[in-house]
Amino acid sequence: MFRSHVLVCGGTGCTSSGSEAILSALQAELGKKGLTEEVKVIKTGCFGLCALGPIMIVYPEGSFYSMVKPEDIPEIVEEHLLKGRIVKRLLYQETVEGDDVKSLNETQFYKKQLRVALRNCGVINPENIDEYIAFEGYEALGKCLTEYTPDQVIQIVKDSGLRGRGGGGFPTGVKWSLARANDADQKYVCCNADEGDPGAFMDRSILEGDPHALIEAMAIAGYAIGATQGYIYVRAEYPIAVKRLEIAIGQARDYGLLGKNIFDSGFDFDLDIRLGAGAFVCGEETALMTSIEGHRGEPRPRPPFPAQKGLFGKPTILNNVETYANIPQIILKGADWFASMGTEKSKGTKVFALGGKIHNTGLVEIPMGTTLREIVEEIGGGIPNGKKFKAAQTGGPSGGCIPASLIDTPIDYDNLIKIGSMMGSGGLIVMDEDTCMVDIAKFFLEFTVDESCGKCTPCRIGTKRLLELLTKITHGQGEMEDIDRLEELCYYIKENSLCGLGQTAPNPVLSTLRYFRNEYEAHINEKKCPAGVCKSLLSFEILPEKCKGCTLCAKICPAGAITGTVKQPHVIDKAKCVKCGACIEKCRFGAIVKK
Amino acid sequence: MKSLAELQAIRDKMKNKVGLREDSEGATRVVVGMATCGIAAGARPVLAQFTEEISKRGLTNVTVTQTGCIGICQYEPVVEVFEPGKEKVTYVKMTPEKAVRVVNDHLVNSNVVREYTIGANAEE
Repeated sequence: MFRSHVLVCGGTGCTSSGSEAILSALQAELGKKGLTEEVKVIKTGCFGLCALGPIMIVYPEGSFYSMVKPEDIPEIVEEHLLKGRIVKRLLYQETVEGDDVKSLNETQFYKKQLRVALRNCGVINPENIDEYIAFEGYEALGKCLTEYTPDQVIQIVKDSGLRGRGGGGFPTGVKWSLARANDADQKYVCCNADEGDPGAFMDRSILEGDPHALIEAMAIAGYAIGATQGYIYVRAEYPIAVKRLEIAIGQARDYGLLGKNIFDSGFDFDLDIRLGAGAFVCGEETALMTSIEGHRGEPRPRPPFPAQKGLFGKPTILNNVETYANIPQIILKGADWFASMGTEKSKGTKVFALGGKIHNTGLVEIPMGTTLREIVEEIGGGIPNGKKFKAAQTGGPSGGCIPASLIDTPIDYDNLIKIGSMMGSGGLIVMDEDTCMVDIAKFFLEFTVDESCGKCTPCRIGTKRLLELLTKITHGQGEMEDIDRLEELCYYIKENSLCGLGQTAPNPVLSTLRYFRNEYEAHINEKKCPAGVCKSLLSFEILPEKCKGCTLCAKICPAGAITGTVKQPHVIDKAKCVKCGACIEKCRFGAIVKK
Repeated sequence: MKSLAELQAIRDKMKNKVGLREDSEGATRVVVGMATCGIAAGARPVLAQFTEEISKRGLTNVTVTQTGCIGICQYEPVVEVFEPGKEKVTYVKMTPEKAVRVVNDHLVNSNVVREYTIGANAEE
């Protein structure tokens, strides 16, 4: 029995900011003070507030230490763990109010969150099945196998209104019932853990923080549709997730929660992991299954849909990690409970990966229907450096942007589609006034051009041509007709591509054209980039009246483009200038401007 | 895993091991003075005995924490028990054996062990 538990985040975010060093320093220090029998150290999954990592929580007080450094550990152990005095100086400052320490749930970041899919992340040790069981783990599976028929399970999922969290938003219960209706000697349950949208990492956090939830849900899905084998397709770039999944599957097998005759019900189910090599197209369901079969990951036409002929030609269901993570809670708490959260057509919660120009980057789980304003201004803590909000990008390379004028839109599947974006897997990139929207569209097109598998022409060649047009515009060589060409090509690619990758690839262009057409026009007509991003359209100048002739800029310029004598205004040779901006950063007098 | 009962058994076994991580508001707090004076007087075994005994008794709504010097060093080891809505009880000159009795009489059966309290000791 331990009197205190210290939870240290072992997610990828905090691991890269040094939580392993914190863990070893903590173990060493506790050993030195003879506290190893009294204080337990637990490595958990992601807490969500990745911007403030490495994160450490001490229970029973629930003290939230942020940005912990190894040299802070002796003080925390000596003061807090030995003498019981919380080290307020090192706490997440939002939890400190004068002499009082507030609960984490009262902070802006956590206050509006509602954790269903992420409920165990940052609470349990993901490498210990007993801890998962302590938090109601595998009870939903037991309940399904001993109390419900497969049809009842499907009905509960249908009634809950759960829709696919991977992007499409297809009703999960309907998908399951289609697969159940098809008779076959073998069926499969697959999990899409090939999270590929730039900036999205909720699936990784669930795999790292609560792998048993996925295993339990897949077994439930297997029971519901009549499958005995499942595959988790996870990208090899997620080494921590893969390792924890392997450990979790091993433990579940040891406990007989995977394998033969689970809960003495006669139901057999087992799981295997398949590693993806990181191709974005393998997140598309038919390409993913082709890849599991051992072939090159390319999509194939639908129909037949996976529910009819999927993996190895057998009826298959494929759901995303976050979708599965909701299932055990739906079974335990009921369809009505789940349906009570969210909006009319989008039930439950959604996890968003907040990134870009925002204070609290990290993972947030909120009820559907929360407005973008609440996410950005309240939970996200607003935009750094007093800049203005310009737009938010959702859905990654398949999505679009939401401009400032629509910041009060309640976020759910249908609203996002209505305004020309999509939910996607939940990446949410915030952009401020220094972001060029043409450049953003170009960034996403570069990504899709790289990731197009090349099987169908509209996607392979169409996206390449789109990128060329965008490059031409950002280089100041565009003509007004190019905008029409862009639009025409976008619609052509959408209509004719084989799979979701191509069908959605033009979305970033279409949505920036819809809301920021004036920026395209400025690039073309005035040869100006209003946000000051597109280098070809910028020129750097030194204002003679402000320049003190300190020579710092001339020293820092990597191209040797700045000349001048001491205490005399300097000049930039525009022919040599590479527009890197190093001089602007260094100038202490604000004498250098880009135009 | 053959039955829900088997699952429940693991859950029960684990419950008081992880219960610490749940919101502790409304919980009874047992606070052990662990400054130099307390430790020198033997507060550490007292603290260990409290955690041990509370676990054995399966009390989930009790947390054991430590604090610095309370200022009555001659009475160390000092243990304070805070129950929501009740007056604080201060036990003094604690030993592991006394800790067992405080858990059983006070925390389980709500009978303050008067003879161990500071009131009783100060009268001597």
